[in-house]
Amino acid sequence: MEFFLQLLVNGISLGFLYSLSALGFVMIFKSSSVLNLAHGELLAIGAFLFLAISTWAQLPIWLSFALTLVGTFLLGFIVERFFLRPLIGEDLIQVIMLTLGLGIMFKGLLLFVFGGDIHEYRTFLPEGLSLDLGIVRIPSVNVATFIIGILFLILFGFFFKYSSQGIYMRSVADNQSAALSLGVHVRRVFALSWAIAFIVAAMSGIVLGIINGINVHELSAIGLKVFPVVILGGLDSIGGAILGGIIIGLLETFTGGYISTSLREIIPYIVLIIILMVKPYGLFGLVEIERV
Amino acid sequence: MRKLQFRPCGNFNESYEEELAIFETDFGRVSMLIGLLLLFVVIPFITSPYTLYILNSIGIYAIAAIGLNLLIGYTGQISLGHGAFFGVGAYTAAILATKTGFPIWLSIPAAGIVTAAVGIIFGLPSARLKHLYLLIATLAGQFIIEYVLVQWESLTGGAEGISIIGATFLKIDIGSDRAFYFLIFICFALMTWIAVNLVRTRYGRAFIAIRDNDRAAEGMGIPIFRYKLLSFAISSFYAGFAGGLYAYYMMSITPEPFNLWLSIWLIAMIIIGGLGNIPGSVFGAIFIVVLEELLSLGTQYLMNVGDSAGAAITIAPLREFVFGLAIVLFVIFEPKGLAEVWRVIRSNFRLWPFSY
Repeated sequence: MEFFLQLLVNGISLGFLYSLSALGFVMIFKSSSVLNLAHGELLAIGAFLFLAISTWAQLPIWLSFALTLVGTFLLGFIVERFFLRPLIGEDLIQVIMLTLGLGIMFKGLLLFVFGGDIHEYRTFLPEGLSLDLGIVRIPSVNVATFIIGILFLILFGFFFKYSSQGIYMRSVADNQSAALSLGVHVRRVFALSWAIAFIVAAMSGIVLGIINGINVHELSAIGLKVFPVVILGGLDSIGGAILGGIIIGLLETFTGGYISTSLREIIPYIVLIIILMVKPYGLFGLVEIERV
Repeated sequence: MRKLQFRPCGNFNESYEEELAIFETDFGRVSMLIGLLLLFVVIPFITSPYTLYILNSIGIYAIAAIGLNLLIGYTGQISLGHGAFFGVGAYTAAILATKTGFPIWLSIPAAGIVTAAVGIIFGLPSARLKHLYLLIATLAGQFIIEYVLVQWESLTGGAEGISIIGATFLKIDIGSDRAFYFLIFICFALMTWIAVNLVRTRYGRAFIAIRDNDRAAEGMGIPIFRYKLLSFAISSFYAGFAGGLYAYYMMSITPEPFNLWLSIWLIAMIIIGGLGNIPGSVFGAIFIVVLEELLSLGTQYLMNVGDSAGAAITIAPLREFVFGLAIVLFVIFEPKGLAEVWRVIRSNFRLWPFSY
């Protein structure tokens, strides 16, 4: 029982990280239908930018946090403007290859600047948040990151629900040409959605970095873990991404705990194939009906 | 003998056979003969072993890239699992050679056939899935095959892999780079010939119809699922065949090289070379292999120059950067790839000086 509870808690906290990482991915897909294979590198960029500003430049945490947000926001704009925009309307394979190429570029650059070692942030989160649930104990870091994550989810929920830009983005996602004819600046929305996705990815990257340490290879590998998560939840559903992340996290820890540790890495992909065969649009995804 | 015809003057095809002909004029035939002569008679005897090694790698990857181009460029089904299929071929050839003692001329085609079967299994999702969903399914296939290669230790030797010693072909030792060069490039010429002709047959045209509009293709009576699976099978056959050659050439294989990176590599080849273009896949293979070699030579050079060894280690990741940059630049500026560049150059020569 104790083992089961421990696995449950581990699974949920791992799954929470997955959902957080999947958010930026879903956001890009939702507004511009681009399957972003560079997502892991986006996480890494945010995490390392924060590392560079907070630990190397020794700026105060709140300032470095704000600077990271601004930096990734600008980077998102630049990437959209120079790399993605020329490809609007191109074939899927070209766009995918572009994001793959971008990912490889980013990874090379990050490895060049920061090396392949594991880095640590200096500790800044308040101690003493650890929860003691009688049998299992949740470390302080996890609780703190959980709170940060929830805060961000709420913030973005409000952004999409009430702000005008958020509504524009949702309208473009829903029907691009209808939005265009109603006066939404679709290109600006694309740019904005990439910029925001960069920010979200940076946030997730920082949270991942706080818990696991920051490593280029690990973070970019998580970018591939995003696929089972978003397919399970539905490619264009934020709620689905959150739930999907938690399910995949639980699945991983329980497989690792009860069946075999080596199967753990692969089980999300097996589930992925099964879901694709049974219910390709996921739990909450929008079912596209194709007409000739 | 009929008179050779060299100059095309306009498009005056009167039948579909003429339209489908590979060579418009005899110029192409003659230059192909010259090319084959260079390939088999001149190049292997004047190049250094190192160049031969690079040429052999190009040949192996070109075969796999042609197969992948049949799938992605002609049928329009994207696969991110071809690195693993390549690995399945390599392992099949190695296992057949070491455990059952198959000769090379049997084990390499057998590797292709086994890989084709695996390809069909992982192509099954294409019945229901299209575009990016299929891509994600093949990505999952890549990871699952990698896992099987590492975990099925009794068959694959786990992380230590398998080594093949003494490749012989009809009792001739082909362990050397030069002997293997002939094997690879004979296979390469054969596989290219098959691919070029395949796309002109009803099968190839069905593939193209599926790529352009699968519903319309179905409406015209093409059983699309069967053809998609066929395309997966053919394409995996190519990958497995290339993998088999790779296993014999490298003499020892581990699961490591057959990862997602290899899949990306192969797709990069056909993107840079040109989608839906058989010579393009060869150009792409040449470009990528040569780029990779140049980059690693550059790092090695820096490593050897006195005290810059430290610098060389730090710039090593820039290889990845340049590789990614090459992909990005090609996708943005020349999405039709090197084949298009080649076509432009050729037509410039043909039309010079009045290139209007």
